[in-house]
Amino acid sequence: MANAIKQPGWYRGAIGALLGAAFGFFLVLALRSLMGLDAFQTAQTGYPHVVVPLITTPFGFLFGFGAFDYWFRWAAGKPTIPEDHSGHGATKWQDYFKFNTDHKVIGIQYVVTTMIFFLIGGVLALLIRAELAQPGAQIVAANTYNGLFSTHAVIMIFLFIIPVFAGLANYVLPLMIGAPDMAFPRLNALSFWLLPIAGIIFLASFLAPGGSFDAGWTGYAPLSTGAPLGQSFFNIGVQFAGASSIATALNFLVTIVTMRAPGMNPWRMPLLVWANLSTSLLVVGATPFVAGAQFMVLLDRVLGMNFFQFLQGGDVLSYQHIFWFYSHPAVYIMMLPGFGIVSEIISTHSRKPVFGYRLMALALIGIVVLSYSVWAHHMFVAGMFAWLRVPIMITTMLIAVPTGIKIFSWLGTLFYGKIHTYSTAMLFSLAFIVTFTVGGISGVMLGMIPIDIAVSDTYFIVAHIHFVLFGGSVFTIFAGIYHWFPKMTGRMYDEKLGRVHFWGTLVGTWGTFVPMHWIGMDGMPRRVADYATQYGDWNLFISVFAFILGAAQLVFFYNMIVSWRFGPKAGNNPWRSNTIEWQVSSPPPVFNFDQIPRVVGGPYEFGTPGARHAIMGDEEGAELPEPEPSTVSAPS
Amino acid sequence: MTRLPYLKLVLATLAFGTVISILMLQVDWNGDAGSTAAAPIDTLLNVTIVISSYIFAGVCVALGYALIKWRVKPGDESDGLPIHGNTKLEIVWTLIPLIIVLALGGYSWAVLNDIENKDSDAQEINVYSQQFAWTFGYPEQGNKWSEGELHVPVDRQAIFKLNAQDVLHSFWVPEWRIKMDNVPGITTEAIVTPDKIGTYQLICTELCGFGHTTMRAKVVVESEADYEKWVSGLSQEVPKDLLFTADQALALERQMQEKSGGIDGSGVDETEKKNVDQS
Repeated sequence: MANAIKQPGWYRGAIGALLGAAFGFFLVLALRSLMGLDAFQTAQTGYPHVVVPLITTPFGFLFGFGAFDYWFRWAAGKPTIPEDHSGHGATKWQDYFKFNTDHKVIGIQYVVTTMIFFLIGGVLALLIRAELAQPGAQIVAANTYNGLFSTHAVIMIFLFIIPVFAGLANYVLPLMIGAPDMAFPRLNALSFWLLPIAGIIFLASFLAPGGSFDAGWTGYAPLSTGAPLGQSFFNIGVQFAGASSIATALNFLVTIVTMRAPGMNPWRMPLLVWANLSTSLLVVGATPFVAGAQFMVLLDRVLGMNFFQFLQGGDVLSYQHIFWFYSHPAVYIMMLPGFGIVSEIISTHSRKPVFGYRLMALALIGIVVLSYSVWAHHMFVAGMFAWLRVPIMITTMLIAVPTGIKIFSWLGTLFYGKIHTYSTAMLFSLAFIVTFTVGGISGVMLGMIPIDIAVSDTYFIVAHIHFVLFGGSVFTIFAGIYHWFPKMTGRMYDEKLGRVHFWGTLVGTWGTFVPMHWIGMDGMPRRVADYATQYGDWNLFISVFAFILGAAQLVFFYNMIVSWRFGPKAGNNPWRSNTIEWQVSSPPPVFNFDQIPRVVGGPYEFGTPGARHAIMGDEEGAELPEPEPSTVSAPS
Repeated sequence: MTRLPYLKLVLATLAFGTVISILMLQVDWNGDAGSTAAAPIDTLLNVTIVISSYIFAGVCVALGYALIKWRVKPGDESDGLPIHGNTKLEIVWTLIPLIIVLALGGYSWAVLNDIENKDSDAQEINVYSQQFAWTFGYPEQGNKWSEGELHVPVDRQAIFKLNAQDVLHSFWVPEWRIKMDNVPGITTEAIVTPDKIGTYQLICTELCGFGHTTMRAKVVVESEADYEKWVSGLSQEVPKDLLFTADQALALERQMQEKSGGIDGSGVDETEKKNVDQS
């Protein structure tokens, strides 16, 4: 027992958490008594004795858990404990519950954790649809309802879509560029462990007096600055999720810039690597803004500052500017990695190079640059200065150009290919092209100010974001998980169940979100617990399809869990792909490569006999056929 | 390499796009119209829908053709043609969307200027919003006050001066198409020329708390004569606390807190009072 407490791990973590909580609690009491205030302050925006421990407890846990041990010894000038790599790899399930610095273990920790939050967010969504199935109140009161859609959005955005991409890339990206691990493995592990903390804080808000945060995921001031205690849980949870995101992005940037295998120049990087490079540039630049916005709300709430308190000269609109300066780029943070995944899958399964590879990479960078200039299109009816609207409309609509390039290039990749559709990953990628096109088109419509004036804050918006985030991001997430499942687990999933999941998801998505466009335009506002009876039939229709969509996901979870345990062995390269991660065993060896591979060509050289992307260490010196130069070009 | 049947693909796209357009245009997307802004906005929407239909059709036709033509037979393990790109084609599919979005952008700008054009005989009406009620003041009648019911004369432009007393709200009458947030601390503006007599609903479209769903008001668009009759019947002036000063708002906040019974419904305790005093 004594030994268990000295060792970093769950025992020490629990003690750390208790000490952290006690420290925060008594710090508040001490400071308040020093200032001659009552020990406890329980106005709904107050509760400092809850808010401060909410920050100190996770840090206590992380100290105890061992997240900072190495850095502390180093900072204190003590001899550091050299990493003996004994913790690398996972041989039993308990290994996934440790502070593990192996990028492959972290990748799986990420994906599994985020999938659990996907399930939780999905249940919240179905509660929303149950409430909205009929006009009038069904299962929850209005303020509980506001809490439901707020937590649904926050869980799905901050704990599912953003981190699941980070998880997939965590596993795949170092292998893809021929690196033994990420650049900062300890930071990588810390990034992961910040996530469940954020999730627990968000969910714990249901226990706060006054219920969970209910000002929407946007948390607009001054509704949020005056809201019950749950809002502070949101403000603090976002800090942990945001810090996780930023640290991972820095890690990806340094890894991609400095750790590519010899010979992998930028034009030989797979598009997934380009996509994560672009995403990381967005995260590093934009995420501090949402952290700042939520800190300002928290300070307004707890310390009575006046950032957004209009009665004391605060500026209500500035919240929206700061918030959207992150939250619009966030849309691309949630989409660009998916673009990368789809490029890999479509090229592999149509046995053809990605059409217009360089323009595809440049389109990603173009989206990054443009996305910093479009935040105010969320504010066309917010009462901001009028002149800003037209320039923002133009930049917003321009984003359709690089996005269009991507759609057309995927289609171009299919032409003259050998298209295999047996894989569920490919099905989701193909469906993604069509579904995302619809989301993109409604996005252009929303960019047009007069249309936006009519439909903003209606169900049209709900339809648009779900077409983009579910029909877009989530489809690519499924595609990515199916595609790399054999690599991650060494086993094959069941394609039949995959097809059931695919068709259920496709039908569910279209059935749920298409009618929302219409009822929104016709006059049903968003974020309402009840609606005019004339929308009753469509809402029932939507709810039925939402439950079909939900049921399809159960098939997915069943398939994943059972296949992971009992699936047939997958082999190293079941999709006959060229990129480096498929040239090692499934799952890959603990240190990825005995000898770093040498990159000699582009990643998608299908159809060119003898062309190679990389020469693996064990092939060095062996006779390799000389690649034939590619001379074929498309008909003009 | 076989040459693509360009003509057939283009014709298929045009045919499919036309079918989608025709189907989509059967739907009265934005519902009934009730202001001069509705026609230009709905036309813009329909134009966009038609253009979008052809783009969507193009994507579907290309995908469908590729799947029919190049889906492999079982057992075929060979690779596709190693085509890396086609600069001409890539320039074309960069330029065409660019031209489309710039054209739509210009069109939108023109519509925006059109619907926000102010008439010289426009009437200003003050709109006050608070959790969870709408009230209105008529400056031409000495800021006479109407609670929960907005009357406007038909065919005369109204410039609504939007105010918010507590949190964000948003002013929207679906038939008018126009929407604008009410922002605490500043006055925003919505310009509407109602052109159809009738009764409508004013809907709050910015989440403002647990009563957001039901924060609505009755809107009556009526003839000039009916309007004059109604507005001259208003007697009360807009209460001072709606034109809030900091002190008045503070008093109001305290009152509301008393009324709501504090956070746990058991009454307001001293710390809560203190918190209000400090704020």
